[in-house]
Amino acid sequence: MMATQHLTDDELILHYYGETTARDAPRTAGHLQACVPCRAEYARLQRVLASIDESAVAVADPGPSFERTVWARLEPNLKPVRRGWVSWAWSPAPLALAAAVIVLVVGAFFAGRMTSPPTPSPTAAAVAAAAEQIRERILLSEVGAHLDRSQMALVELVRADGTGTDISGERSRAEQLIADNRLYRQTAEDTGDVALSELLDEIERVLTEVAATPQTGSSRDLADVRRRIESRDLLFKVRVVSSEIRERQKAPIQRQSGPRS
Amino acid sequence: MPHTDAAAVALARDGDSEAFRALVERHSRAVFRLAHRMTGNASDAEDVVQETFLKAYRQLSRFESRANFSTWLHRIAVNCSIDLIRARPHRESGHDATDLEQFGAADAAVAGRPSPERLMLSAEVQERIADAMSALSRMERAAFVLRHFEGQSIDEISRALGLKTNATKHSIFRAVKKMRQALEPLVAETDTSTESLAADGAR
Repeated sequence: MMATQHLTDDELILHYYGETTARDAPRTAGHLQACVPCRAEYARLQRVLASIDESAVAVADPGPSFERTVWARLEPNLKPVRRGWVSWAWSPAPLALAAAVIVLVVGAFFAGRMTSPPTPSPTAAAVAAAAEQIRERILLSEVGAHLDRSQMALVELVRADGTGTDISGERSRAEQLIADNRLYRQTAEDTGDVALSELLDEIERVLTEVAATPQTGSSRDLADVRRRIESRDLLFKVRVVSSEIRERQKAPIQRQSGPRS
Repeated sequence: MPHTDAAAVALARDGDSEAFRALVERHSRAVFRLAHRMTGNASDAEDVVQETFLKAYRQLSRFESRANFSTWLHRIAVNCSIDLIRARPHRESGHDATDLEQFGAADAAVAGRPSPERLMLSAEVQERIADAMSALSRMERAAFVLRHFEGQSIDEISRALGLKTNATKHSIFRAVKKMRQALEPLVAETDTSTESLAADGAR
């Protein structure tokens, strides 16, 4: 006997894209076979969606010299490939700071040679390690600041309430944080910092969800976001990792830059 | 010029800029087409092309040689498109379904090359498709393009867009609803015209 309840538009769309769940597929297929109105509705949907193929969605022709233009714009921006934290640290600001620190380290070394009895000289590797550590320190500071900003955004979201609340401010902040978050997450992945990478991934999901929420978020939208934040103890995790980062920042540089006798 | 992408990637990793240039020349047009569908805007699409190749260059060391370069690049391009869509909220259209009734002359200055089959479809339908696509919100457009043109599953789209499965489904449902609202009357007209012509021919 044919089910009296017709298929919804959403069910027909899922069926068209082959996204009906294995559990629902037999019912959908069976109903379509038996129900003339649903079959007609599905045929209309098929006609519309079939009319939207790639050739129907016209794409501007970028012109015959497109590849040359792309390369001309791209080439000046291609720097030698570097990896992980190092690639981030080669941006101008940290580089300048790292250079200044190297000058200080080297200067301190020569000053020490002039005023102390001869000691085994620090190797170039030790100086480089110190410089690398400085770069990492700068990055830690940036990640720490990013986590603080994210934490504030999450707290505001948890506190937001009421139907029709205007969350345009939160949305805009989330959009700004997403790009930074993605950069830090990728760098954390590159350097094998699993805990930080996973935390940033969780933050990114929440931020993305907020950015995709309508400007006047419904209470349901906000409740979903809050539930996600709370069910994963996200705020707690952010605080823990922020605290760890602050501890790592406090660690003295010399300690890891090689033994000195 | 290296014959294969794998060879070009290997050389580019060692700093051979000509090898990377070969990759840019082979793939930039495809990236542009994808980005244009995702963003609906030629200027944005050009920016996505730049960003995609910059990221690809910086991440060459992470590319696994067994993988397919174009697939890998495609994923980067999708992410770059999404990043750009998020970063430029002023381009958000997000019209309500009622806006579709106000479609007037198309302003999409596009130079499509319709296939012979597409000639069956009236120019007006194509115009409507362009308008309906531009009336989708950025997330609806991204989700719809990834599902409809890129053939990605809803789960894959959810992961790419960082949305929950239900949110992705609803973006696609809304997109399809808007497309139907804009196109159904015209597609029905086209069907009727075709049937009439067929009937005339049979007489």
